[in-house]
Amino acid sequence: MKKLKGFLKPYRRDCVLAPAFKLLEAGMDLLVPLAVAAILDRGVAGGDRAYVVRLFVLLVALAAAGVLFSFTAQWFAARASVGVASDLRRSLFRRILDFSYAQLDALGQDTLITRMTSDVNQVQTGLNLALRLLLRSPFIVFGAVVMAFTIDARCALILAAAVPVLAAVVFGVMLTCLPLYAKVQAALDRLLGITRENLTGARVIRAFRAEEREVAAFDRQSDALTRLSERVRRWSALMNPATYLLINAAAVLLIRQGAVRVQLGTLSQGDVVALYSYMAQILVELIKLASLIITINKSLACARRLSGVLAVEPGLPLSGAAAAPAETDGGAAVRFRGVSFSYEGSGEEAVRDLTFAVPRGRTVGVIGGTGCGKTTLVNLIPRFYDATAGTVEVDGRDVRLYPPGELGRKIGVVPQRAVLFEGTIRGNLLWGDPEAGDDALWRALDLAQARDVVEGKDGGLDAAVEQGGRNFSGGQRQRLCIARALVKRPEILILDDSASALDLATDLRLRRALRGLAGSATVFLVSQRVSTVRTADLILVLDDGRLAGVGTHDELLASCGTYREICASQSAAGLSPETGVTA
Amino acid sequence: MKRAASAPARAEETASRRETLKKVLRAVGGQRLLLPASLLLAAAAVLCQLTVPILFGDAVDGILGPGRVDFPLVADRLIRILALSAAGALLTWLMGLVNNRLVYRTVRGVRARAIRRIQRLPLAYLDAHSAGDLVQRVIADTDQLADGLLLGFSQLFSGVVTIGVTLFFMFSKDAAITLLVLALTPVSFLTARFISSRSYRLFRAQTELRGRQTARIGEMVGNAKVVKAFGREAAEAARFDEQERELCDCSRRAVFYSSLTNPSTRAVNNVIYALVALVGALRILTGGLSVGGLTTLLSYANQYMKPFNDISSVIAELQNALACAARVFALIEAEPEPADAPALLPPARGLVELRHADFSYDKQRPLIEDLCFRAEPGTTTAIVGPTGCGKTTLINLLMRFYDVDRGGVFVDGTDVKDVARRSLRQNYGMVLQDTWIRNGTVRENIAFGRPEATDDEIVQAARDAHSWEFIRRMPDGLDTVLREDSLSQGQKQLLCITRVMLCRPPMLILDEATSSIDTRTEIRIQQAFARLMQGRTSFIVAHRLSTIQNADRILVMRDGRVVEQGDHRSLLARNGFYAELYRAQFAGEDDPAADR
Repeated sequence: MKKLKGFLKPYRRDCVLAPAFKLLEAGMDLLVPLAVAAILDRGVAGGDRAYVVRLFVLLVALAAAGVLFSFTAQWFAARASVGVASDLRRSLFRRILDFSYAQLDALGQDTLITRMTSDVNQVQTGLNLALRLLLRSPFIVFGAVVMAFTIDARCALILAAAVPVLAAVVFGVMLTCLPLYAKVQAALDRLLGITRENLTGARVIRAFRAEEREVAAFDRQSDALTRLSERVRRWSALMNPATYLLINAAAVLLIRQGAVRVQLGTLSQGDVVALYSYMAQILVELIKLASLIITINKSLACARRLSGVLAVEPGLPLSGAAAAPAETDGGAAVRFRGVSFSYEGSGEEAVRDLTFAVPRGRTVGVIGGTGCGKTTLVNLIPRFYDATAGTVEVDGRDVRLYPPGELGRKIGVVPQRAVLFEGTIRGNLLWGDPEAGDDALWRALDLAQARDVVEGKDGGLDAAVEQGGRNFSGGQRQRLCIARALVKRPEILILDDSASALDLATDLRLRRALRGLAGSATVFLVSQRVSTVRTADLILVLDDGRLAGVGTHDELLASCGTYREICASQSAAGLSPETGVTA
Repeated sequence: MKRAASAPARAEETASRRETLKKVLRAVGGQRLLLPASLLLAAAAVLCQLTVPILFGDAVDGILGPGRVDFPLVADRLIRILALSAAGALLTWLMGLVNNRLVYRTVRGVRARAIRRIQRLPLAYLDAHSAGDLVQRVIADTDQLADGLLLGFSQLFSGVVTIGVTLFFMFSKDAAITLLVLALTPVSFLTARFISSRSYRLFRAQTELRGRQTARIGEMVGNAKVVKAFGREAAEAARFDEQERELCDCSRRAVFYSSLTNPSTRAVNNVIYALVALVGALRILTGGLSVGGLTTLLSYANQYMKPFNDISSVIAELQNALACAARVFALIEAEPEPADAPALLPPARGLVELRHADFSYDKQRPLIEDLCFRAEPGTTTAIVGPTGCGKTTLINLLMRFYDVDRGGVFVDGTDVKDVARRSLRQNYGMVLQDTWIRNGTVRENIAFGRPEATDDEIVQAARDAHSWEFIRRMPDGLDTVLREDSLSQGQKQLLCITRVMLCRPPMLILDEATSSIDTRTEIRIQQAFARLMQGRTSFIVAHRLSTIQNADRILVMRDGRVVEQGDHRSLLARNGFYAELYRAQFAGEDDPAADR
């Protein structure tokens, strides 16, 4: 929580002034019963009309002053709470973008989005309410008791005794309900899970004729939820009647006591009315305070989560001086020496003991089944993750020794999931190189077989891209993403299974175009299909995180059992003589 | 122009809202005795509560001054106050209980109807709506409806009664002051309306800005890895700051303006209170009112405003609840599948025919036209074609997830439209590519089609499907509870095969995974498929060449149509689309024939 206190600092003045003005307003409220008592005792009893009118003017003045104080308080509270929320969002945004891939995995991107949106909003609401009301309610409660003492100590004792009893009832009910609410929410989540299963599994459920069983399971959970909801409401329904009864009982005691004191002449009729009004004020404020505390509790939970995110120190540390010069390493663009890597929180290694070297300007195929470590392997080259053992070298230098940014400039990555950002096609392509001219963009588009995508849209390069690129088909998005990486003119280009949605002819043309890069760029082609990698200069075969073979297609067919199995399962031509067709 | 156009739209909206209200009330009416009980209790509780201030006033009137206190009268009133407060509290509590039961049972009934309808809706409906949207209707919308109804029952009716009774009591005390309060009531509303109309505009702007920002956050944080891969952190942070400044500005004003409503109405109410005190005091002086009477009036003046504020917030909440209810009822009232034929399909031999079948999802765009084929019992039919060519459409027709528009699907010579869907589906085993594993134990998942299966049968099926090996190693074996991520893709597929293995139906529909899994699991899956397919009529959406080559018949699909039929050899010899597909997919790029 320490992290968050810093965010209040720029608004220290507002955070003091908002509650201060709120207390002034509350002070006005506390004076009202006294004024009414005075009207009754001096004005009415004394028959002094002028006095009654004077006090009426005072009451109106109190109302006017109250509303002015209140407006001022609301302004400071709004300034502080919205300002703090805004600063929080900006800091979070920067912090999240500074996180390393490993940290992003650990925190979860959906979670981070929730933190930045609903959690920050909840903190804003909580802070706003706290500034306005957190001090006000207790102030009125205690103020009312104090004022009562100025009227009559004996009677005030009844109020003073009633406050803790009322507070005990209000907070007792609240504290009983809070854990029950959590249970209701959990039951609701379970029901939601069942409903979701029924929708996503509709075909399977019908295929296995399980409709009625599913309905029965839903009904059982729905019953459980209904019972829990009724239980929590039984408690919360107690709050109003119980406090109502208590306050009236206290008022009865008060008036009985008051009657005796008036008879003795130590108290006036107006005073009794004033005491009664204070009683009512106390009840209203206690109930307000209870609901306020629920809201603030929620906000505090959100605030704790936010401060958890802010407490994570971002980034991959540079482990050595950036001074080490690049060695010329026999022209190897990428070299892995005994590299292993395991994702945080996973005991198993995603890749194990990888050793290989890729000469500059060659095309490398990386093949293997789902989850065998292909993506992990290529993610280690631009240092999206740090190897847990061994070293990854680019141009003969350990990737950890590159100054920030330099490695990124050398390497272009086309990730598995084709993501475009809201804006224009040009805006997206310029991510590769903000300085690139139209010619460079079109060259990249040609190479990526994406010219027709751009020409098919109104506005060409300036055509709008909607959120997530949803106004483009999967194949169009993939081609634009490839173009974006090509605009960068990277020395190393990594295509991580990034042509899966292309139709076969386009895919083939793309592969041919990329081979034209040979010599100028080192290209990594990650794929599950033999047809994609078979013409590569070098193929890395991965099986369950290990390097099962390195070599050309023909070499691997001769030497690598895993590669042969993969080929067999896809029956690449040449391996299935029984079909009578060879390429 | 705009105003004129929006008037009929608004009328329509009110009409449909009224329609929804009727449906909600009908649903509530299902709880017969509870509804009148709730209303009676509310009225009785309000009456008790509102009599109390009068008694307090009487008591105060009994305390005139030193030596002038009427103790018997005060004692009598105080005892009555205690009795009435107790009665009021009890009635309020009972009303709360009745309302809870009323509302939660009503909502449970609505949910039950929704889930039953979901099971009977045509898949066309489920395919056209996102699961998230429908889940939202069944869960969140009904929850909102419950909240709205609870608030409505506990506050709307008693609020109205309170206002009425308060005014009546006030009139009985002092007509002039009551008229004064009545005349001033609108001032409070107008103030609130004035402020909220100002802040509404700001809120709209804030909502829009916030929506844009949320989208940006989703885009950037969701794809933080891409942002980092291109080194765009600083540039994007700067863009974000700009957007944030605009939002912050707008938000500040929106929050400020909206927080003026309460203090303003409170100020107006305070002035009304002061006026009542003034006029009341003057009336006492002229002898028209007692001090106790004024106490009562002051206390009413305070209470009288509260239900108004409550009612306006309750009505807002109710409108929201009605909007939610409308969405749930739209689901509940969606057209279900046409009624099933009563006849049952006996256990099939496995002769499947499509005769001159036409089908399309969108009737404007013809898809399958005049499709004929015949699958002999025990044979394998492979369905091949590029991504998105409509291979799953055939599955949909065979399983009767959708019905053909013309022609027919026949099993053992019987038109499947003439038998109950369940009896048809009982004859099929289906393994889809996107595996569906439920949140439950391994046993529940395997025995999904035969809940009565014994453990021995389950284990045998798992052995046959090569899934026993990994199930055995799980912490609680068959009793292990499966979550989203407890199984790898390959294991999920094996589990789905096991599910079908346990039922051993005469016909199969299999959907080969496009992405390959690790080589060993892959081989296991192929072995399991092969074992399952022995002696059964099988349809398999195929991606592996070996599967295709071993099939008795291949249906080649393109753009939703079957363009070629035959076996591997004859199709290659034909040198048509299949041959082209084959070369592009399974040959290398050096092959000139692959380039069109």
